[in-house]
Amino acid sequence: MNFTLHVWRQPGPGLDGRMVRYEARDVSPDMSFLEMLDVVNERLTERGEIPIAFDHDCREGICGSCSLMINGVAHGPNPGTATCQLHMRSFHNGDEIHVEPWRARAFPVIRDLVVDRTALDRIIAAGGFISAPTGSAPDGNALLIGKELVDTAMDAAQCIGCGACVAACPNGSASLFTAAKITHLSLLPQGQPERIRRAGRMVAQMDIEGFGGCTLFGECQEACPKQISIDTITLMNRDFLRSACAPARAVVESD
Amino acid sequence: MSLELKSRVPAGPLERKWDSHRFQMKLVNPANKRKYTVIVVGSGLAGASAAATMSELGYNVKCFCFQDSPRRAHSIAAQGGINAAKNYRNDGDSIYRLFYDTVKGGDFRAREANVYRLAEISVQIIDQCVAQGVPFAREYGGLLANRSFGGAQVSRTFYARGQTGQQLLLGAYQALEKEIAAGGVTMFPRTEMLDLVVIDGRARGIVVRDMVTGKIESHAADAVVLGTGGYGNVFYLSTNAKGSNTTAIWRAYKRGAAFANPCYTQIHPTCIPVSGDYQSKLTLMSESLRNDGRVWVPKQAGDTRAPGDIPDAERDYYLERRYPSFGNLAPRDIASRAAKAVCDEGRGVGPGGLGVYLDFADAITRLGAHTVRERYGNLFEMYQRITDEDPYRVPMRIYPAVHYTMGGLWVDYNLMSTIPGLHVIGEANFSDHGANRLGASALMQGLADGYFIIPNTVGDYLASSRLPKVDTSHPEFRLVEAEVAALTRRFLSVGGTRTVDSFHRELGKLMWDKCGMSRNAAGLREALERLPALRAEFWRNVNVPGSDSELNQALEKAGRVADFLELGELMCRDALHREESCGGHFREEYQTEDGEAQRDDARFAYVAAWEHAGADRQPVLHREPLEFEYVHLAQRSYK
Repeated sequence: MNFTLHVWRQPGPGLDGRMVRYEARDVSPDMSFLEMLDVVNERLTERGEIPIAFDHDCREGICGSCSLMINGVAHGPNPGTATCQLHMRSFHNGDEIHVEPWRARAFPVIRDLVVDRTALDRIIAAGGFISAPTGSAPDGNALLIGKELVDTAMDAAQCIGCGACVAACPNGSASLFTAAKITHLSLLPQGQPERIRRAGRMVAQMDIEGFGGCTLFGECQEACPKQISIDTITLMNRDFLRSACAPARAVVESD
Repeated sequence: MSLELKSRVPAGPLERKWDSHRFQMKLVNPANKRKYTVIVVGSGLAGASAAATMSELGYNVKCFCFQDSPRRAHSIAAQGGINAAKNYRNDGDSIYRLFYDTVKGGDFRAREANVYRLAEISVQIIDQCVAQGVPFAREYGGLLANRSFGGAQVSRTFYARGQTGQQLLLGAYQALEKEIAAGGVTMFPRTEMLDLVVIDGRARGIVVRDMVTGKIESHAADAVVLGTGGYGNVFYLSTNAKGSNTTAIWRAYKRGAAFANPCYTQIHPTCIPVSGDYQSKLTLMSESLRNDGRVWVPKQAGDTRAPGDIPDAERDYYLERRYPSFGNLAPRDIASRAAKAVCDEGRGVGPGGLGVYLDFADAITRLGAHTVRERYGNLFEMYQRITDEDPYRVPMRIYPAVHYTMGGLWVDYNLMSTIPGLHVIGEANFSDHGANRLGASALMQGLADGYFIIPNTVGDYLASSRLPKVDTSHPEFRLVEAEVAALTRRFLSVGGTRTVDSFHRELGKLMWDKCGMSRNAAGLREALERLPALRAEFWRNVNVPGSDSELNQALEKAGRVADFLELGELMCRDALHREESCGGHFREEYQTEDGEAQRDDARFAYVAAWEHAGADRQPVLHREPLEFEYVHLAQRSYK
């Protein structure tokens, strides 16, 4: 297969970037999208040009590193599929393919297709955890957790933190990411004591980082490689509302 | 040489060693802990859990990872589960049985005391992770569920669908982020350790490269902990993440840390076969699939019928035939070699004949597609995405692939290397798994090391050592920084014609052919001749574009591949010297009549720890004898 690529090239943070055209020749339909880029990069290097920078690591759809906007769609055309699991058989011979980085105010471009997603880590640091210092845990079976409940929590916990939801959202909102973590932890009995404070802090951090607000477009759940549902956002909003109504000390007591 | 291997295994009965050792250890007063800085390199299960726990204790922790977020470490990709001797199933499990299974599974090449401690701690890990909110699978009654894994006849594996590693890592990552917010941990993402700084014989810091700006920087500390994972990517194609590398432990080796059993590599039996030359990595299909999937090939060589057209009588369920009591759940090394054997006989399936079937037809008939989907749904989807075949209708095709390295930096019972103050945890060290790791034991070891062992033993080291104040103005830091910067410039100045990846692929193929699933003396000698030539070619002809003052992925790769090129030689040397077969190390010259690994306990019941002797000199072999007081040394049998 042969393709014409248009790839965003930007030499560094804050510098001007532009779309550059490349030809990808003799591509096997069984190649992953990233393997196709590997081959393009090999050719660029051999020609003495600078290869295209892109984030990737596990290449099996779980680490959340890969982050390409392909023809305007986060992670490309296949639903429930991260870029690294997208194969060239999903395209037609001769296709023109536009490849861009995640675009969002909270995700500044570092180089080419690589963006800074540390804002997502700071949302987790604001409250996306259960405080359980090592050594203090009771027996794992001391707490009964119904199968349906844990399955629903797991559906949300599957989030790989790639940021596709942000890139897909016209508002650049991180609501699906944040709501997935809030849902995972707030459904479980272990997560109850910090539940209200968690929602208040994580949502506040989302605003601090410059993510937009959620207006329920639903683009995020279409783009999510783990197909996490926007139902989680409903739960987040409910907990957030409760945190807003709660006495101030419930939200900020440990500051 | 001066290097001495002191295992520091505590005296006393096996089941009392860890308890009494913890009592013997010196403690750091809570108010003094914040005066100590501990560096943790790597943020996988071992690194993240260690960093979080030491911060909870009050130490001042600096944690480094090369990924853009600590959550992306490759522990995230572990699928099947984590072992613990809870005996919730009432099926005869116990701490002693997990200990026994692990020593036997490792083909009697691990230290008994370490393995027993691991089995002991396994039960606390599950509790800890549940408390953090890890959504382990549950029964309808709300109790924790279990599944079975290879090398065990009990059901002791806890799991979260096929994403157990992800959920455990997110638990540790969330604990780490909690401590970052609390100010106990400073996190350095996109930062790669490029060297270790040793002052007055003790590890006192590291030199790193900021991968965004290219700046070379030093960090000083009172102790350094490496949790930087394994080196399976020396084979180029493996189930490891693309970024997984040996650089941190290799450079520590060159600063004096002994490297133990480098040749012990785990080849995982159930991976998706290679489909073309462009392939960049291999994808594992969890061992848990062998709970319900049946492995087979046609009885007749060259049988090209579609799997559905081959009647049962003409199929060879070779694992069930050769190992009736463990069947499809034979340990990984044995299952991998059995797959290679049938493919060598010309009975392999799929393109190139390098594959065997993993068939779920019986399981679907017995349990229904719904139950199979519930157990393995995400794995089936992953398989279909990669191969374009539907495993609910046609059997999966699988083939062994490099997955894990049991070898690593040598550590004593305290998980400290031969450099005082340098501790090594998780896959980066050599301990616990001997010559073969059982499934669902890597997660267990990483978390045992990080949550429960290292926070104790680092404290003991700090309390019992005289550590003069050292900061990065010390001349040794300047010296190491200059060496690192010079090496970086050297990569950029070669200006050759070959890409880094082309060298990596060539190295990988050589290692797979000569030091892979089976090895022999002639092949290993050939590799030992070819490797220095390949290295010389690399330094003469590699092409690393770009500069050192920016994000430069080719430069990052060049550093890692240069280290792999050196490590490969040590692996071959170790494999050549070990004139026996054990676990994942299969020497063709040493096998039983029916093709099983033949150990030589009289000559090789030891840990081989290699000491770096300088760039152009052969490394020096040191031996730590292994004594088996509790487990009787025997030929492994899974028949």
